[in-house]
Amino acid sequence: MQNWIGLLPAFPLAGFLLLVLSRGRMTKTVAGIIGAGSVGLSFLLAVMISIEFLNSGAQPFSKTLWMWMQVGGLDTGFTFFLDGLTLVMILIISGVGFLIHLYSTGFMADDPGFARFFSYMNLFVASMLVLVLADNLILLYLGWEGVGLCSYLLIGFWYDNPANGYAARKAFVVTRVGDTSMAIGLFLLFSQLGTLNIQEILLLAPTQWSTGSAVAVAASALLLGGAVGKSAQLPLQTWLPDAMAGPTPISALIHAATMVTAGVYLIARTHILFELAPSVQLIVAFVGLATLLMAGFTALMQRDIKRILAYSTISQIGYMFLALGVGAWSAAVFHLLTHAFFKALLFLAAGTVILSLHHEHDIFKMGAMRRRLPVSFWCFIVGSAALTALPFTSGFYSKDAILLAALDHPSYGMLLWVGGVLGAFMTALYSFRLVFVVFFGKSHYEQRDTQQHDDHGAVVENTSPAMFFPLLILAILSLFGGLISVPVDAVFANGALHEEAHASQFLHALMILIPILGVMISWLLYGSLSYEKAGAHLRKQLLVSPLGGLLNRFWFSGWGMDKLYQTLLVQPFLALAQVNRKDIVDLVFNSLSYVARFANSALVLTQTGNMRWYAISLVAGLVIVIGLGVWR
Amino acid sequence: MESIPYEHGLILAAILFVCGLVGVLTRRNIVFVLMSLEIMLNACGLAFVVASSRWQHAEGQVMFLMILTLAAAEVAVGLGLIIQMYRRFHTVDISVLNEMKG
Repeated sequence: MQNWIGLLPAFPLAGFLLLVLSRGRMTKTVAGIIGAGSVGLSFLLAVMISIEFLNSGAQPFSKTLWMWMQVGGLDTGFTFFLDGLTLVMILIISGVGFLIHLYSTGFMADDPGFARFFSYMNLFVASMLVLVLADNLILLYLGWEGVGLCSYLLIGFWYDNPANGYAARKAFVVTRVGDTSMAIGLFLLFSQLGTLNIQEILLLAPTQWSTGSAVAVAASALLLGGAVGKSAQLPLQTWLPDAMAGPTPISALIHAATMVTAGVYLIARTHILFELAPSVQLIVAFVGLATLLMAGFTALMQRDIKRILAYSTISQIGYMFLALGVGAWSAAVFHLLTHAFFKALLFLAAGTVILSLHHEHDIFKMGAMRRRLPVSFWCFIVGSAALTALPFTSGFYSKDAILLAALDHPSYGMLLWVGGVLGAFMTALYSFRLVFVVFFGKSHYEQRDTQQHDDHGAVVENTSPAMFFPLLILAILSLFGGLISVPVDAVFANGALHEEAHASQFLHALMILIPILGVMISWLLYGSLSYEKAGAHLRKQLLVSPLGGLLNRFWFSGWGMDKLYQTLLVQPFLALAQVNRKDIVDLVFNSLSYVARFANSALVLTQTGNMRWYAISLVAGLVIVIGLGVWR
Repeated sequence: MESIPYEHGLILAAILFVCGLVGVLTRRNIVFVLMSLEIMLNACGLAFVVASSRWQHAEGQVMFLMILTLAAAEVAVGLGLIIQMYRRFHTVDISVLNEMKG
């Protein structure tokens, strides 16, 4: 079965080709079957491969399909490598991917671009599988760019609206900054180690570089740049909230469950390089910490249901980076897994809400949806509980592991732990704020288009099986996914930094109680009817006070990062472009054409149209030529 | 038989050539320009004949025969053009026909 590993990305790729070549002539049923079915086949194969892999003692395994390029010392093959980490990733990608594809057949049912949507989705799944299966960094880079392309295509899926195209370009350009850094990192690794095979790099690097040597620091810092761009961490996080312009299943699949965690995967995959550069690893931890706090505060201020979830994704990936930074590799992968479940669930449930309310995104225009949208309500409860890490949900186990590992950090343990716990408190606050505002309180929903058909204006929850089944599975996984043990110990064994819980009972209790406290405060401020007035009053007071208003605007805009980049980078560039409107380099070439044109206008004067003038010139020329011949 | 010195022939040819040239340059009537051209061609022909008698070679006379046919053809074409020109513009004055400016 392991020999068929090449078929994993081949199924979705074939689906993509079929859908693209049909050029939209397929019926939606056929397109849906091809789109979701190809990913389903991949998932089945992935499950069979995993069973065989785990039964055969979890031996890493690699298979070369064919050679890609052989230049000098560079031998790049289409070689797939399978170990515990890859296994977790392919199960997430194909499994969660399949559920989201299934959901999309219901969600996108009325969209004219149905087949196009599924072709992009299939291409995405194929690229993502190549990314995680790659055994060398070049093949990984191919998948890396492939998912970036699909992300671009899908954010701008509804291209009628220029704002969506802008968001797509922004995502592409901002991640490109990270990708460039990563490409330079690959060049550096190749020039220093002479290979780009990941396993060889991990074997060679510790023998050639000492811990903390300049090359190791540079290489891991450059790889970190790539990871930061893809995973929307500080300072390249600005693209993710805008990426919510795409259809909601995209946000679930690409911008929550899989693609944005590629950076976490990259760092976990090359963890030995990061262990060789402790300073960079510390930066990873602090990038994660800063991002999770910043995104937490920002999520608290957002009004758009999808932007709240987007900032929460940034924040949760911040936790993963924190785990990577303190060397808790398997905790990071575990959180990646549980996050894929509950965040996909939240996004899909948000999609159901949005679809039922006719593309209303503002949570303050919803309210009291608990009876009208029961399925979404329960999904949100389960998802938010897991996101908040309430006890015995999946998120609880993974976040607990991360925080305990952070506490174990030798020098900055307490700081990282306090930051992480504060982040957990923020998480509770913003995720249950979302739940309470949308599903409790008074209804603020107004049917916008009164001219429309009656049954178009009504709030009707779509609970077709295609949409209900994925929600159900994901909800179960969000609740009980914490019981899964990720088979990655063998991958990170040489890290030798196994995380053991050393925390006291008091700290444990604190970690359980603080999210619950957050939920309760959130209930007081946003949920409970008896406190509704007081909560509203308090909110108003906070907004009116100068500091509160300032903070609100500051946090709402994502700590002004967009504005900062606008003034620091975009505007100078535009100004430069304005100055250089007539390209300076072009001046050289234009001057050539000016000379030609001037000579032309001078010569034109000789063409008088007068025939005798021509004859005289001819004779004069003759005289001159003969004269030269005679008097020479 | 006392032959004419070849210098005389060449001087005559040069005089004829200059006459023709002056005619081409100064005349406004295109018919006279054409006639002046004929004179220039014949001046060249005379020079060829003189040269061939000087070096006792036949090529110069062959050349003259060629110039003769060339001139006949040129006159035929030229006169045809002049007639067309007159029909179209009602004039034979070349200084009027200067529309082909650059």
